[in-house]
Amino acid sequence: MAATTPALTFAALMLPFLAALLAPMLSRLMGHRAALVLALAPALACLHFLSFLPEIAAGESATGGYVWVPSFNLSFSWFLDGLSLTFALLITGIGTLIVLYSGAYMKGHPQQGRFLAFILFFMGAMLGLVVSDSFLMLFVYWELTSIASFLLIGFDHDRAEARRAALQALVVTGGGGLALLAGLVLLWNVTGITQLSLLLHSGLPLSASPQYFAILLLVLAGCFTKSAQFPFHFWLPNAMQAPTPVSAYLHSATMVKAGVYLLMRLQPVLGDTPAWEILLPFFGGITLISGALLGLRQTDLKMMLAYTTMASLGLMVMLTGFGSDHAIEAAVLYLIAHSLFKGALFMVAGAIDHETGTREISKLGGLRKAMPVTFAAAALAALSMAGLPLFFGFLAKEEIYLALVDGNPRAIFFLCLAVIGNALMGALALAIGFKPFLGPNRPDLGPVHEGPWGLWLGPVVLALLGLLAGVFSGTAHQYFSTPMASAVLHENTVIDISTVPHLGLPLLLSVLTLILAGLVLLQLETARGLMRRLFDALGPGPDRGFDHAVQGLIRLSVVLTRILQPGRLEIYVTATFILLALTLLVPPFLFNEFPAMPAFPQTVALHEWVFLGIAVIGVAAVLRAADRLTAIVALGIQGFAIAVLFLLFGAPDLSFTQFMVETLSVVILALVMTRLRLTPSDHRPLLQRLFDGTIALACGTGFTLLLLKSVETPFDNALTDFFNAYSKVIAHGANVVNVIIVDFRGVDTLGEIAVVMITGLAVLALVRVRAGTKTELGAGGAKRTATAIPIGKTAAKAPTTKAPQAKPSTGRPDR
Amino acid sequence: METPLAILIGLFFSAAIYLMLSKFTVRILLGVVLLGNGVNLLLFTAGGLTRSVPAIIPAGADTLSHTAANPLPQALILTAIVISFSFFAFLLVLTYRAFQDLGSDNSDEMRLAEPRDEPSPPMGY
Repeated sequence: MAATTPALTFAALMLPFLAALLAPMLSRLMGHRAALVLALAPALACLHFLSFLPEIAAGESATGGYVWVPSFNLSFSWFLDGLSLTFALLITGIGTLIVLYSGAYMKGHPQQGRFLAFILFFMGAMLGLVVSDSFLMLFVYWELTSIASFLLIGFDHDRAEARRAALQALVVTGGGGLALLAGLVLLWNVTGITQLSLLLHSGLPLSASPQYFAILLLVLAGCFTKSAQFPFHFWLPNAMQAPTPVSAYLHSATMVKAGVYLLMRLQPVLGDTPAWEILLPFFGGITLISGALLGLRQTDLKMMLAYTTMASLGLMVMLTGFGSDHAIEAAVLYLIAHSLFKGALFMVAGAIDHETGTREISKLGGLRKAMPVTFAAAALAALSMAGLPLFFGFLAKEEIYLALVDGNPRAIFFLCLAVIGNALMGALALAIGFKPFLGPNRPDLGPVHEGPWGLWLGPVVLALLGLLAGVFSGTAHQYFSTPMASAVLHENTVIDISTVPHLGLPLLLSVLTLILAGLVLLQLETARGLMRRLFDALGPGPDRGFDHAVQGLIRLSVVLTRILQPGRLEIYVTATFILLALTLLVPPFLFNEFPAMPAFPQTVALHEWVFLGIAVIGVAAVLRAADRLTAIVALGIQGFAIAVLFLLFGAPDLSFTQFMVETLSVVILALVMTRLRLTPSDHRPLLQRLFDGTIALACGTGFTLLLLKSVETPFDNALTDFFNAYSKVIAHGANVVNVIIVDFRGVDTLGEIAVVMITGLAVLALVRVRAGTKTELGAGGAKRTATAIPIGKTAAKAPTTKAPQAKPSTGRPDR
Repeated sequence: METPLAILIGLFFSAAIYLMLSKFTVRILLGVVLLGNGVNLLLFTAGGLTRSVPAIIPAGADTLSHTAANPLPQALILTAIVISFSFFAFLLVLTYRAFQDLGSDNSDEMRLAEPRDEPSPPMGY
């Protein structure tokens, strides 16, 4: 086993990605039945991870991996202990059901293949996230889940709300991911460790480090955004724009738990400090209560579930940070229970929506006869969520109360929060699980019947698991809860809570919770109205703030663009050259690196003076050229002067090339210039001329100084020596310049030839394009307001298109 | 010899930049040509000057004589000359076509890509 396991685990990690690649093709071939085949991928991965159970239950952990970038101490390595294995099983197990569910839910949807591909892509990312050992791998997978979530929320990209929700989720969770990266890098800097397993075993006293607080805040920013903690919670309800399988899978069972996962993972390293035990319970508690209260306000099944998910996540964070072993155990139990019942309830909501066409709880009723199987699943899941005995949810709640029953005021405070939150969530759970199915038939729903098996299989399996895990709690604890809690605590612990009644305060609190839940359920309408008024009174939340931030960003970018890109070439050029002058002149000033005053007179022969003079005259003439002929001739003069200078200083090749190029240039110029207009003199006003002249002189001076300085320093001859030594011996050429060009830098020269050829083609194309009717274009050019026409296209199309203004709007969808 | 050449190069750069700061495409074009020459001379001078002994290995010898010119900057400049010529040719035709089609050689009046009253981007999602 030992030899094959790493390869198998790697295959299991990659299987969802492979399935994602195949999904579009399979869907095209097999329609909705493709889901049956694709579900094999998570099912096989799940089986593989199940094979680890005995080993992990015995308290061991499994690692494996491959070397990735050895020089940076990076590896593609995984780490399986109770925590990551339970997560991996939840991801692949629920994932299998979700793929089957998606096949039925999206049956007939033209984009089903894309949808399944995204779901499987997400699955691969999430699976990688929870088993990652190396920090970098964790971060990459972390962001991949954000991207998958973006794609899935925006799946119905025709709707603006879906696009907004997708973008919002990406900004919030992706931004948090960046904070997390910073936190992990800091962690690496402080400890020198890049792997979670090593970090856990190192036992370094990280809380003593001066960087501890920064690390904690950055990691919390990542976890809180991902797990929708207040005040970053707003993206989660909006994410309900996604198709229901996505809400069931990403936004309740798995992805949003990534933050909780990481908190649990790092609990042994970062936990057990005052900051940890203040921040986590505080924000978790706020999230719990606000999520539950906000959920009361809703009438849409999915929205109610979304807010209870937010509340549940708050509860988990609160327990993780509470700071006792029992609290951690409670968080673990609640996490498992939540994944089961919330996944089931979301799928039920989707099935109801699929069969009746509505998710409004007020419009639903009497479905028990039409959808008996769905009803059974919904009832079981809701009872587990409400925390009735026998169900796993009950065990979780008992453990929560057990952990929080403690005399001190802090524990009492959080106990109250937990009771209130649980009661409200219980009321919502019962409303969702029973209200649509009980009561009189609603004729306005039309004929309703049970959905296909794919739609009820998932909820039934998950709901039954929630019941079985509660009844056979010993087995569930042995294989899942105990190893997971031991991993989180990083010490051996045993969870033994069972459904056998155990009298005491926790049971009393459970009864109290149920009574409260029942009361709220009876008065749900009143509570809803009350909450609406309350939140209306509180004013807009961070959701509106996001809109303002995005709009502010757009406005800022518009202003910035208008300033930086006013559309006038001269401004760009001026800015560029001012910057150039500063780069050339400021550093020498700052570091006093001016060249030494050169000695005069220098050894310059008379004929050299003559050609220098000719070059100066040429340049001056180009500057002052008032007509075309002068310009051409002046340009020729300076060019030929340079050619002669090259010749004088031992560069005949350069000289000949320059002569040739200058000749050609003059000829071409003479041909084209006759058709161009050269304004007799510069039109710039005097002030402008002075300004431009100053910039130009500053740049010129800068280059002179740079050159003088560089000539002062000794010349590094290494490259020259190399060419010198080998051009005759290896390349068999006497003319070293030519050898360099055609031999040593042959590929470069090929590129140069390609550039010349492309230029030739471009020139040809420009000349051959039929000249448009000048007047029409000339007039239109100044007045035109259209935006998105590329210049080249305009030149080609303009003669035929009379009204190009209408064109751009078609290319760019109005967002 | 370096100092007069350095001053000449500064002059080339100044003239080129002064011309390129103009609004008129023809002057910008002239500036680009001068800039190319200035850069070539800069490279040439920075590579070390030697009078009149080309970088050619004499017959019978395996390496250059000690007084020979540095071949490396020459090879670089050779490429640069050709590239700047291509650039010049392309710019020239572009200037010509722009003048023909837009009826102007004033860069301020060429605002097809960045129109003066460009509408604001949409504020939605």
